Amino acid sequence: MAAADAVAAGQSSGAAVRIEGLTKQFGRSKAVDDVSLDIDPGSFFTLLGPSGSGKTTTLMMVAGFVHPTAGEIFVGGRPVAGLPPQERQLGMVFQNYAVFPHLTVFQNIAFPLEVRRTPGADIRRRVGEMLELVRLSGYEQRLPRQLSGGEQQRVALARALVFRPRVLLMDEPLAALDKNLRTHMQGELKQIQQRLHVTVVYVTHDQEEALTMSDRLAVMNQGRVVQVGTPGELYEAPASLFAARFLGESSFIAGTVVDAGDGSAARMRTGAGVELSGRAASPLRVGQAVLAGIRPEKFLVDGAPAAGMNHSPGRVTGAVYAGDTTRYTVDIGAGEAVTVKLQNQMRARTRAAGDAMALSWHPAETVLFPAEAAAHGG
Amino acid sequence: MAADGAGAAAPIVGTTPDQIAEARDRRRHLLLLAPPAILLVFIFVYPVLGLLGQSVYKDGITLRFYQRLFAEPVYLDVLWLTFRTAATVTLLCLVLGYPLAYVLVGLPARLQRLLLIVVVLPFFVSLIVRTYAWMVLLGRLGLVNELLRKLSLIAEPLPLLYSTTGALIGMTYALLPFMVLTAFSVMKGIDGGLVRAAHSLGAGRWQAFRKIFLPLSMPGIAGGMILVFIMSLGFFITPRLMGGPSDLMIAMLIEHEVELTLNWPFASALAAVLLLVTLVGFFAYSRLVRLERMFEGTR
Ligand SMILES: Nc1ncnc2c1ncn2[C@@H]1O[C@H](COP(=O)(O)OP(=O)(O)OP(=O)(O)O)[C@@H](O)[C@H]1O
Ligand SMILES: [Mg+2]
Repeated sequence: MAAADAVAAGQSSGAAVRIEGLTKQFGRSKAVDDVSLDIDPGSFFTLLGPSGSGKTTTLMMVAGFVHPTAGEIFVGGRPVAGLPPQERQLGMVFQNYAVFPHLTVFQNIAFPLEVRRTPGADIRRRVGEMLELVRLSGYEQRLPRQLSGGEQQRVALARALVFRPRVLLMDEPLAALDKNLRTHMQGELKQIQQRLHVTVVYVTHDQEEALTMSDRLAVMNQGRVVQVGTPGELYEAPASLFAARFLGESSFIAGTVVDAGDGSAARMRTGAGVELSGRAASPLRVGQAVLAGIRPEKFLVDGAPAAGMNHSPGRVTGAVYAGDTTRYTVDIGAGEAVTVKLQNQMRARTRAAGDAMALSWHPAETVLFPAEAAAHGG
Repeated sequence: MAADGAGAAAPIVGTTPDQIAEARDRRRHLLLLAPPAILLVFIFVYPVLGLLGQSVYKDGITLRFYQRLFAEPVYLDVLWLTFRTAATVTLLCLVLGYPLAYVLVGLPARLQRLLLIVVVLPFFVSLIVRTYAWMVLLGRLGLVNELLRKLSLIAEPLPLLYSTTGALIGMTYALLPFMVLTAFSVMKGIDGGLVRAAHSLGAGRWQAFRKIFLPLSMPGIAGGMILVFIMSLGFFITPRLMGGPSDLMIAMLIEHEVELTLNWPFASALAAVLLLVTLVGFFAYSRLVRLERMFEGTR
């Protein structure tokens, strides 16, 4: 990718973005409530959350289209909350592309350079590089209505990058594309971001997209940041019931704390009388009602009982074959069921409803959440 | 005819039963147009043809009414004056109407609806009544002159009424809503996200307006201007009541020929020329409005 290298050479690397106590109130409700984030320069950072959780509002405050009720935003150490959008020098890709319908592809991409009064020869060269980068060379004279959705999206991306912003903001840029094209564009986006070392702040409600593309991500709920971390941290160690439910799949077993441990390791007893060890998501006390969350792929079946593992007998009540894996619903007594996902390897014995299935799993892969959080957390 | 068409089309390569059915549907749809078409023939085409016939017939076919129209300078002068007045009114409507529509589009929905009602409210009152109201305001002892005199801005009352100024004020007032509504409807269709995108790409307010909003609102400007222009060409009551003796519009001339001179053929010739000019205007209008479609996603 010669074009990318040429562009990268002219690109100052990404800027750090810091958000402090950012709040936006619409009438009496807070769309964004005291959000603070530290985004490393050159990293891919994602805001993930359900509809209405305040992702767009947060991004729009960074872009300058929504005025914060409180809080400050720093880009490269400089406070920008008081600046209008055009003075923030941030690239932005909108969900509906917002490609100018009366301008050709070339004119669209040249737009940011023209408003900056860049000389014509430079404009031609840099637009050419961008077209090559997003693989639209030869489309210069087309109007947006002659382009497919994916092509329009790439024009929007090239246009947002051509003036070499140090931060690129994207609000669900791929949501309108079909599944195949979306996967393809995810790869291209990530590749371009790594080439240009631009800081990306990305909004999505697609958890798979967030997990595969981000260096770090923030899970938002009801205007607040619930948890920030790498995809691995968020998936393996969700800090709240909401994060565990929203990102990936979990089974939850209800019980009460029998040993609060040293703050992180705790023991609980399930309704069926089985004792489990796990990591406490937040400090627990003995007798407290808790839910133990376990990802479906963490279960081992029919192994020899190993010391230090959690164990539970179980009985298969349902099996769904999904090609590479089979998902079993397993009754573990006292009316509780867990989902177990097993690879369909040669050795794996297929089980039918009614078969017994002894489960074991590691305490490090068991997270204990206070149960009362369920009421308002998820 | 219908059966013939389908029968002849069938053997042609590439003509599928679907296409034949489609053609039949199209003919059926055309049938729906029949009642209004018949009505139009009676109340519009027939009188217009009669008018055209009258303009070339008096004791045998003759072009002498057209000859007179083009030979005597006064008629061409009136035609020219009509054009000039229409053009001035159009420009005034643009200068006043475009910013008004622009402000309207930016308002919150409730206020916008309210002000739109204010814009169309005058249509509920007869134009004659509204014109008389203006005359009360603009007369030598009218509100405007009195106010200016009280403020010592003028010593003598301004000739606001019975003058070209009066005609222009009255016509601009009467036609402004058409400009505002046409421009507004086009502006309303412009995606606000585009202007925001322009800002995010570094464009200031003026640049975003000039490079994005203005070109996208062009169909509204063009449409509104042509609409106002065509309507002012035929304006009659307002210039007659509010204009001066020299503000003779072609429509007033026609009325004069019909009512006083009783020279129907000549009035018909004048009307035919006005009709021709108006038709040219409409043609230009339809061409420009097609521009609008260029900006849409599909064609
Ligand atoms: N201009 C506004 N006026 C009033 N309320 C608003 C406004 N914009 C957003 N909100 C509210 O703020 C909350 C957050 O909205 P926001 O658009 O940021 O959500 P989001 O996380 O981007 O959701 P989605 O995934 O559906 O795009 C919502 O409850 C929304 O109704
Ligand atoms: Mg959103």
